[in-house]
Amino acid sequence: MFNFGIWTSEFNKFLMGFMPEWLAATVECVIIALLVLLTYTVLALFYILYERKLCAWFQCRLGPMRVGKWGLLQVFADMFKILIKELISLKNTDRFLFKLAPYIVITSSVIMLACLPWGRGLQIIDYNIGIFFVLAVSSVGVLGILLAGWSSNNKYTLIGAMRSGAQMISYEVSLGLALITIVVLSGTMNINELVWQQEKAWFIFRGHIPAIIAFLIYIVAATAETNRGPFDLPEAEHELTAGYHTEYSGIHFGFFYLAEYLNLFIVSGIASLMFLGGWMPLHIPGWDAFNHVMDFIPSVVWFLLKSFFISYVIIWFKWTFPRVRIDQMLSFEWKYLMPLSLLNLILMAVFVAFGWHF
Amino acid sequence: MNLLLEISNNALAVTAALTGIGLVFAALLIAKLISPKSYSVKKSEPYECGIPTRGESMIQFKAGYYIFAILFLIFDVETVFLYPWAVVMRDLGPSGLLCIGIFMFVLIMGLAYAWRKGALKWT
Repeated sequence: MFNFGIWTSEFNKFLMGFMPEWLAATVECVIIALLVLLTYTVLALFYILYERKLCAWFQCRLGPMRVGKWGLLQVFADMFKILIKELISLKNTDRFLFKLAPYIVITSSVIMLACLPWGRGLQIIDYNIGIFFVLAVSSVGVLGILLAGWSSNNKYTLIGAMRSGAQMISYEVSLGLALITIVVLSGTMNINELVWQQEKAWFIFRGHIPAIIAFLIYIVAATAETNRGPFDLPEAEHELTAGYHTEYSGIHFGFFYLAEYLNLFIVSGIASLMFLGGWMPLHIPGWDAFNHVMDFIPSVVWFLLKSFFISYVIIWFKWTFPRVRIDQMLSFEWKYLMPLSLLNLILMAVFVAFGWHF
Repeated sequence: MNLLLEISNNALAVTAALTGIGLVFAALLIAKLISPKSYSVKKSEPYECGIPTRGESMIQFKAGYYIFAILFLIFDVETVFLYPWAVVMRDLGPSGLLCIGIFMFVLIMGLAYAWRKGALKWT
């Protein structure tokens, strides 16, 4: 696999050659910021089209077809339209919190995006407590949603925000427990080391039964975390118009829209990093020729394909299961999913203690 | 294995946070410059059913949500305690497994108590 770290360290040496250290670091930070910005917007636009097309195909429709070839330019047109829409200022809103909410939602998703390694040496933030940091930042995003719903001074947004908050904090517990299961198996929280440990076999194969259960729990919890699929009752449109962002207009609404799609990518990315080997190619022990062929596919392609596949599954859920009620949703988490994930964690600990994993 | 080995992670996290803030700020600025502006009394009303809103919206709201928030606090702090154990689990061996077993038993009893008391029932 190609190591992107070579490029970056060469670039770093080149910059250090003719400018002082602080200036080089600043220039690098600016370049990183621009790259993150570009990736963020391109990914969000791609995801909007991806979801619209998939939803259309699930319903035997064509989806957007008019703007550009196969509707490829539709998202750009939509985003431009959103940008030129009027920003309506409402009376009786809490102005400060109303404007603060998009900042919190977007910032938390940008920081999470910067934590994901896309390929060998292609990572920005690399804490030794990486996965814990990602979870911590993701729970800050809930604050933005609650503030948006509260400050809008609208009953629909209040109910939507409360539902969304209750749902996100509930499912975060089993999300965290499913990730701890993998931390028990690997013994590290650093995302990069987690990926390197999956060089021989992915964690979903290495930890057999508990890892598979943890993967299923993670997928369900991630669907709920991103307010999608059967758990999209914060924005149940026939009850609550649009949920917590009803009162936001123009680009203000666009921020929530972007962050929602980016969160879908981020939970899929974490699932692929923790369970499906991240940017590691598929290796089967003993099949040397096969492993060699797989090594030729670049690491970025592996990571993106796995993430898009998991996003595909999450979008698929939406068209398979009917929307649940709020009491069903909360009792499903607290009465079934959470005890199951606790038991699964104990099972994994026993497996690791007795060395029953691969 | 960092992207740029010379910059600390904290500086990179701050860079990412500033990127997010900058994205929102720049997009809002552009939107303010090119979007139309108009004012009417009806437009600034809350978007509800079409009839004027009755009463306040920033009110004390259903207590059921807060019970789940309290439960979440308990189990989220538990998760924070479990992470360090998960990392050193191999070194601790069976004694660590026993200790965390007792810890989890107490928590599961707590969940069972809340369940029995009807805290998980949505009314």
